[in-house]
Amino acid sequence: MIRLEDVHVRFGVGTPLETHALRGIDLQISEGEFVTVIGSNGAGKSSLLNALSGEIAVSSGRVRIDGRDVTRLDTAARAPLVARVFQDPLAGSCEFLTIEENLALADARGRRRGLKPALDERRKQPYRDYLARLNLGLENRLQDKMGLLSGGQRQAVSLLMATLQPSKILLLDEHTAALDPKTSAFVLDLTRQIIEEKQCTALMVTHSMKQALAVGTRTIMLHQGRIIFDIRGEERSRLGVKDLLDLFSKSQGETLDDDALLLG
Amino acid sequence: MSQIAFLGAIESGLIFALVALGIYLSFRVLEFPDLTVDGSFPLGAAVSAVLIVNGHNPWMATGLAVIAGAMAGFVTGWLNVRLKILHLLASILTMIALYSVNLRIMGKPNIALLGEQTLLSPLESLDTPYYVTTPLAFLLVVVVCAALLVRFLNSEIGLALRATGANPRMARAQGVRTGWMILGGMALSNALVALAGSLFAQSQGSADVTMGVGVIVVGLASVIGGEAIISPSTVLKAVLACIVGAILYRLAIALALNLDLLGLKAQDLNLVTSVLVMLAIVLPRYRLRRPVG
Repeated sequence: MIRLEDVHVRFGVGTPLETHALRGIDLQISEGEFVTVIGSNGAGKSSLLNALSGEIAVSSGRVRIDGRDVTRLDTAARAPLVARVFQDPLAGSCEFLTIEENLALADARGRRRGLKPALDERRKQPYRDYLARLNLGLENRLQDKMGLLSGGQRQAVSLLMATLQPSKILLLDEHTAALDPKTSAFVLDLTRQIIEEKQCTALMVTHSMKQALAVGTRTIMLHQGRIIFDIRGEERSRLGVKDLLDLFSKSQGETLDDDALLLG
Repeated sequence: MSQIAFLGAIESGLIFALVALGIYLSFRVLEFPDLTVDGSFPLGAAVSAVLIVNGHNPWMATGLAVIAGAMAGFVTGWLNVRLKILHLLASILTMIALYSVNLRIMGKPNIALLGEQTLLSPLESLDTPYYVTTPLAFLLVVVVCAALLVRFLNSEIGLALRATGANPRMARAQGVRTGWMILGGMALSNALVALAGSLFAQSQGSADVTMGVGVIVVGLASVIGGEAIISPSTVLKAVLACIVGAILYRLAIALALNLDLLGLKAQDLNLVTSVLVMLAIVLPRYRLRRPVG
């Protein structure tokens, strides 16, 4: 169970560039829920994600994971609870390390690291099996540098890395946005499979309304740092992109003019 | 080149292989350009020299020199990680401070170790001449240090250290405490350099407060030169490259200074070093840029 209680995030306080990125977010995510988050540029999607991962410190409010107050913990300290796939395929893995080393690194998330060898045959076999499910032939390229892979391949491996060890929440930060449509569909499909199979609690930020409704069990929309609607269940399954737009203008009294969001 | 000059070059090459390993850790693994080494090399020499002339056990003297080097690296890391000072500047601050510290430790700019009981003294009683046994002893030290370093960098913590340098944001997301990694890595790097300084003082028979000038450039020359010969695709190869680079660099310098027709003298050493480093950096780039076919 993830809880955000009246979370505010401000950047550049006291400077002319002060921004109030999150303005009182209250959100509760139950175990097994798969939440998709939409919103236009500057709505606070990334801030929400970073507040959950610990990458930015919240200005006020509380973040709780399974009842534990993690508000003051940094990214590394929250890592046992939070897994993450970044938007930029280059950001989520180390290009100078081999595929197996990247997996070993992720495999140690949430565990104490010691002086044992990071890799041995016993550990490699599960990695090979896990990679094989991608059908990308990566199981035979364990010793290739990560930097040799394409963006889509790296994103697929990042997803495997994030789910090697269990977490309380899996954060997906527009992780298909930088990919071409075909690869994007492949990675999204893989995401859906893995989340279902491992019964992850997940939060996925997306730019595309269609994608937001197509996957997951619940959708929230952010606008100017606030949650403006939160839909799930049957109500959600009946909605289309058009209805979402209506919902938006009804709640805000304005129409949405972010092209990127409409086209998705 | 005479046999003694040749073996002498190998000997200092092996000492600088330890420096190169330290610099590989900071510059390459952590991507932390660290100039502390210009201070931690003479620090290692100073600590061990003072202890040795005061009659202490040379093993203990060398051990404390290594610890002193680790502390120097820790300070540089701390300035960067905790006080958020730019890494290059942080290392320069420590380096400058160490100049005073080294003078304080030694109490004078120079300490002679001739006739003192050093780590190398037991070798003198052997039948084989010292200029053969000393390089062999140093080879043993380098092999042991290199093997330990490779084993460490392939461990779970070592992997976290490598990720810290290559992609700190990702490393943090995997639960790596990157701040501690930098502190530990810098300590280890400068411990190796201080060990080199300590061994250098004991084999040369003196410690001098100015002996650290340019150590960073020589070490970097060894790392870059070695990488040009052995492609550092794995940790093992990268470490071998450092050692090969350091030895070849020393041989090249000895050769250059020995060739009368070039007219180079010992005082040209730093100039030759800088030119070699410049060439080592520029030449591979030039080779890549040339149109293929």
